[in-house]
Amino acid sequence: MTAGPVYGLMAEFETPTELVHAAKGAYDAGYRKMDTYTPYPLEEAAEAIGAHHNRVSLIVLIGAMLGMIGGYSLEYWVSVVNYPLNVGGKPFHSWPAFIPVTFECAVLGASLAAVFGMLALNGLPQPYHPVFNAPNFVRASRDRFFLCIESQDPRFSISDTRKLLESFNPEEITEVPY
Amino acid sequence: MAPIEQIDVRPPKGVRPPIIGPGQTLGTITDRIAGIVLTKRTPVFWILIVAVAAAIFGMLQTAVAYLLAKGVGIWGINIPVGWGFAIVNFVWWIGIGHAGTLISAILLLFKQSWRTSINRFAEAMTIFAVMQAGLFPLIHTGRPWLAAYWLFPIPLTMGVWPQFRSPLIWDVFAVSTYFTVSFLFWGIGLIPDFATLRDSAKTLVVRRIYGMLAMGWRGSARHWNRYETAYMLLAGLATPLVLSVHSVVSLDFAVSVVPGWHTTFFPPYFVAGAIYSGFAMVLMLAIPFRYLYGMQDFITLRHLQNAAKVMLATGMIVAYAYGLEMFLGWYSQDKYELAMVSNRLHGPYSFYYYMLILCNILIPQSLWFNSVRSTPWKLFMVAVVVNTGMWLERFVIVVMSLQRDYIPSSWGMYWFTKWDVMIFVGTMGFFTLLFFIFIRLMPAISIFEMRTLLPQAKVKE
Repeated sequence: MTAGPVYGLMAEFETPTELVHAAKGAYDAGYRKMDTYTPYPLEEAAEAIGAHHNRVSLIVLIGAMLGMIGGYSLEYWVSVVNYPLNVGGKPFHSWPAFIPVTFECAVLGASLAAVFGMLALNGLPQPYHPVFNAPNFVRASRDRFFLCIESQDPRFSISDTRKLLESFNPEEITEVPY
Repeated sequence: MAPIEQIDVRPPKGVRPPIIGPGQTLGTITDRIAGIVLTKRTPVFWILIVAVAAAIFGMLQTAVAYLLAKGVGIWGINIPVGWGFAIVNFVWWIGIGHAGTLISAILLLFKQSWRTSINRFAEAMTIFAVMQAGLFPLIHTGRPWLAAYWLFPIPLTMGVWPQFRSPLIWDVFAVSTYFTVSFLFWGIGLIPDFATLRDSAKTLVVRRIYGMLAMGWRGSARHWNRYETAYMLLAGLATPLVLSVHSVVSLDFAVSVVPGWHTTFFPPYFVAGAIYSGFAMVLMLAIPFRYLYGMQDFITLRHLQNAAKVMLATGMIVAYAYGLEMFLGWYSQDKYELAMVSNRLHGPYSFYYYMLILCNILIPQSLWFNSVRSTPWKLFMVAVVVNTGMWLERFVIVVMSLQRDYIPSSWGMYWFTKWDVMIFVGTMGFFTLLFFIFIRLMPAISIFEMRTLLPQAKVKE
């Protein structure tokens, strides 16, 4: 038992099926401030805790639009405004020739938005997080499945929450200190 | 380590080999793949290979230094053949990179789960191949520091800007975007695996290094959810991108009026050839890798067979394109195109053309036989032949068309010099060096994606 403030209660499971069952049970019991930790993406776990929507796609769309507009504007400004050159009698604004670079810039903008948007929404890089204080948590990146109900949840109480988690037969339940 | 013959047992007729060996669990997958990186003992073969590759890389540095000091006159290029080895090698290397993106992005979208054990090092192969490719446009001017402002839009007091109507500028944008996106795709895939290495590391220093690279990844469901969205979108973006890159490379040729280059079917022809050579390179890397590190449980005969089938299919497209080149030359009834066809069949470089047909069309037909597709060393030999053939293809396209254009008085010959060869061989050393350093420091097989292949990783109802 640890003294001091508690980040949450962490239950450890051996199989993904047990984890998803427990996460669904906790969600049905009214808990919302919780998260699962798994060694690989588990769609069912995200659905169980009500976290299957995200805004990455929107950020990627914005990135693609900015890249597209930026690329075309650059070409237009260079070829028409700042440095007009007559090449083989083609018009200065020869838009079909501008499409490849516009496309590449759109892909570049979208890809940068996808990676950095995902990292920003996830709050990464993050040098410290309390869940790493759970003693067996190193196995979350290996072969174990964790459910953490956080003390921020209005329904959280050490004894009741522990009782609920115990009903899902976890391997172990630990209090996670801050 | 058991000899390879014992592990690679061919299953009976009609049964496909599994995509992951029997008896693996979440833990054993982690230990086997992370073990290559986390072990303190560096294998002897690794030290030997890296030593040889580093020596060849040194040769590359010497040759490039001499090139920068003297200029491109040390190469064999001349008028009329102004594009020699540099362009041949550029197209060859960039083509090799394409298979990595095909495996990591296109096969992901098609839900081909067998891609999982080869996608990580195929992506690394892409990045390192594009680095080699990028070297050639950089150095082929002989004065790269002066080339910067007509390749990239850099604001200078001269007020000079790139010519955006030129495919060569499209190429700059396509290749640099391709490199960036491949790097992002590879990097995002590595984050969860760095977290695994951080948590499995035995010493503090190693844990700190991988901890920084993992950026605090903790496998949260919310994180995975956003991660999967970003990963799928990147795959969706990389798919048209990879098709655009080699299409744009082919437009460098097709937009010109040189006989043999000025054809509309170049983009699909080049893309098929790129995937053909890329899969050959995947096999050239996967077969030694699985043997040296005993990874036959993760890269099984199934992967090798599938790669061989992709090679067979793209090889047939390439063979069709060779036929089409000849047909269009005849069908145009243009005397310069007809002369180009005749030059290929009877001209001074016809030996290279016939070697190309042998390497790229005739020998790869052996892939129709299951015994070739299921025997790693035979497959390796075919892959070497195909990559030789693909290099010859670019040599034939670049040199044989430039050598004889419209005016016979401007015809000429092209022969490479030792500096050409040193730089080309040097890039192979550089590529090998980067690849083996990657294998030692990063998980060469995606650990977290391999876990999803296990039956016990699924949620049971």
